[in-house]
Amino acid sequence: MVVDLEGRADENRADVLFHALADATRRDIVLLALREEHSVSDLARRYPMSFAAVQKHVAILERADLVTKRHHGRERIVTARIDSIRDANRLLDEFESVWRHRMEQFGVVLSELDQPAEPPTGAQQ
Amino acid sequence: MTVTEIHKDSTELRMTVTTEWNAPIERVWQLWADPRKLERWWGPPTYPAIVVDHDLRTGGKVSYFMTSPEGEQFHGWWNVIAVEELHRIELEDGFADTDGNVNEALPVTLTTVTFAELPGATRMLIESRFPSREAMDRLIEMGMEEGLAAAMSQIDAVLAGD
Repeated sequence: MVVDLEGRADENRADVLFHALADATRRDIVLLALREEHSVSDLARRYPMSFAAVQKHVAILERADLVTKRHHGRERIVTARIDSIRDANRLLDEFESVWRHRMEQFGVVLSELDQPAEPPTGAQQ
Repeated sequence: MTVTEIHKDSTELRMTVTTEWNAPIERVWQLWADPRKLERWWGPPTYPAIVVDHDLRTGGKVSYFMTSPEGEQFHGWWNVIAVEELHRIELEDGFADTDGNVNEALPVTLTTVTFAELPGATRMLIESRFPSREAMDRLIEMGMEEGLAAAMSQIDAVLAGD
C-alpha cells in the first residue's frame, strides 16, 4: 500500500488526481511540462493570471504527483512525473542496443569457430 | 548480422530477440558454455569482460567484471535458474559491487535463451523481462503520456457536458 506524505491512502489519490486535472490551466501545465521542463515564472508568463495563482496551480499538481518542482538558482523548475514512463522506454531501448551489440560480437566469435586459425590437421585443443 | 527480429513490449517490460546462425547448435551453445568465449561477446567492446566464476548448471552462478576505458570495474552476476544442455538457459542477470554484493539500484533482468535446430542453422531466441513489473505497470498505468492526454480530453468532454 502506497501512502503519500500526508498519510492519505491510494483510494484518495484518484480524488486528488481528478481535482488536479479538473482545471484547464492545470491540464495545460501538465502537457507543457510533459514536453519539456518549464520554470514557474515561464509558466506564469503564459497565462493571464498572477505568478502566485500559477504557483498555486503547480502546487496542486505537485500534490497529485503529476509534476515535481526543483530549485535551479532563483528559478523553480517544473517537470512532469510522467517522465518515469519515458525512462521505462529508454531502458528498453538501451537494453535493445546492448543485445544488438552482443549479437554482433556473438557472430564474430562464432565465425572464428567456423574457421579455426590453426590448420584443420592441427592438434585438438 | 543474424538478428532476425526484435520485439519490445514496454507495458510488460519484455524484449524478445530472435537470431539465426549458420552454425550447428553445439557451436552456438559453446559461446555460452565456454567462459573464454562468453567473455568475448557479453560486454561492450570498450569494456572488456573477464568471467571469474562460470557454473552453467541449474542453480549455478556466473560472475564477471568489465573494465571501462577509464579503468573503472563493473561487476555482474548471473543466477542460473535452469539449464537444459543444447536447449535452454534461464538466468537472472544483475550487477554487484566489488565485493560481489548485489546492487539493487540497477535493474535485474530475467532472461530465457532457447536454442532450436534448423536445417543447416541454429535459431537462438532470447527473451528478457524486468521482474519489477508491478512497479513498472503502476508507472505506466499512472503516467502513460497518451493515456493521460486521452483521460484529460475525456474530462474535458464531461465538463463541457455539464
